[in-house]
Amino acid sequence: MLKRVAVTGLGCVTPFGIGRHALFDALSAGRSAVSLVSSFDTSEFKTKIAAEIKDFDPDPYFPKSETRRMDRFTQFAAVAAKDALIDSGLDLEKTDKSRFGIVLGSGFGGIATTLEQHKNLLERGAKRVSPMCVPMMIPNMAAGNLAILFGLRGPNETLCTACASSSHAIAAAFRMIQSGKADLMICGGSEAPVNPLILAAFSSMNALSKRNGEPEKASRPFDKERDGFVLGEGAGILVLESFEHAKARKAAIYAEIAGAGSSADAFHITSPDPDGLGAASAMRAALADAGITPDKISAVTAHGTGTVANDPTETKALKSVFWEHAYKIPVNSIKSMLGHALGAAAALEAVAAVSSMMSGLIPPTINLDSPDPECDLDYVPNVARKAALKYVMTDSFGFGGQNSVLIFRSLRS
Amino acid sequence: MYFEKIADIVRHHLALDESIEITPASSLKEMKIDSLDVVEIIMKIEDAFEIEIPDEKLPDFHNLGDLANYIKSVKES
Repeated sequence: MLKRVAVTGLGCVTPFGIGRHALFDALSAGRSAVSLVSSFDTSEFKTKIAAEIKDFDPDPYFPKSETRRMDRFTQFAAVAAKDALIDSGLDLEKTDKSRFGIVLGSGFGGIATTLEQHKNLLERGAKRVSPMCVPMMIPNMAAGNLAILFGLRGPNETLCTACASSSHAIAAAFRMIQSGKADLMICGGSEAPVNPLILAAFSSMNALSKRNGEPEKASRPFDKERDGFVLGEGAGILVLESFEHAKARKAAIYAEIAGAGSSADAFHITSPDPDGLGAASAMRAALADAGITPDKISAVTAHGTGTVANDPTETKALKSVFWEHAYKIPVNSIKSMLGHALGAAAALEAVAAVSSMMSGLIPPTINLDSPDPECDLDYVPNVARKAALKYVMTDSFGFGGQNSVLIFRSLRS
Repeated sequence: MYFEKIADIVRHHLALDESIEITPASSLKEMKIDSLDVVEIIMKIEDAFEIEIPDEKLPDFHNLGDLANYIKSVKES
């Protein structure tokens, strides 16, 4: 028999600070994290904005001797995981670490390290490439480092499905506990992509907003004037736990993972299927996995990137799955405030969705001033809304047409 | 002067606390660092002194004092 899976800890590193309260307070207030890029010169770039984490300092969490050999994306994951573990109230000394695993997601891994060492190679030659290049750049190193930091010897994996990475990671961790292969899992994702190459690369695809004069208004999912997404960064971590384990230690259960669904568009390398068939298929798979009908869903945390292609396609997919109920469900996009943290985005959205269920408050989709006629659902425009939430669905769609949908259930009556 | 500069590089690289003493008798091996750190530290020392230390020389350095003496001999020869 499948085990039930509880969410018992939430942690995050975002431009709003460290921890779920800093994130959720800012989201609920409708604050934008987007500003002009400060970490490098963008004078030659079409897009000069991002939701950067400024002044990130892992020192209060880990000694420098630990973090000096970690890329920024691993440092984000390490701090978010420590934050989540503290939030869970777990005493690691009293926990069977062979039954405690990790699944993380990242789209790019240690891209800053890759760039720095490639520069070394070109400018100073092969002998100047650091021996730490590989251990810092490879995307599985966040999960590897967390296992070392916390001594967790259970299943340990990394998933890479672009912007759906951390949703697939949460789903994989959910299955590990459901099937009895672990009692506890750290899961989520991290990403640190705000660098010249990634900004230029997404910019070349015309995927990024160029609203440089009004950074805080640049990320505008479902709005008629949207002109692309805004690059973000950070890490989101969930502690998942079997119900038996959580109850035995009298842990606070924030929510339950009710189901997960995965699919492929099998259509195009970057463009979503214009009819949203792949996205809808993942939503139906998650509903079937949760054993619920569409009308049970109380709210949707959208993928909602603010690109021209995503938003109407996601809207079509929602309508094809929910029919008339689609118009009754609040569908918000926190990317309107946080930007798009790629491989970390889904985990941050999961942290926000569970926080919403706990507080009964849905953060808004900001900058939704003139709705796109093709996006005619209730996107919680501009102001947070109170709501009793029983089931919340989170959508995530990655380049390559890889889709992942999660459904969380509140245990509050 | 050579040793002091080497000690600074080692201390900075390993993010060692000021309370940890580094002397000419200190060896990288006893600092319990791995081979990745050894390579990085040697690279930093090569950059700082603008020299190249041949790999085959490395086993000759039993401690930081040996390394400092080698660099002095190269720089002052």
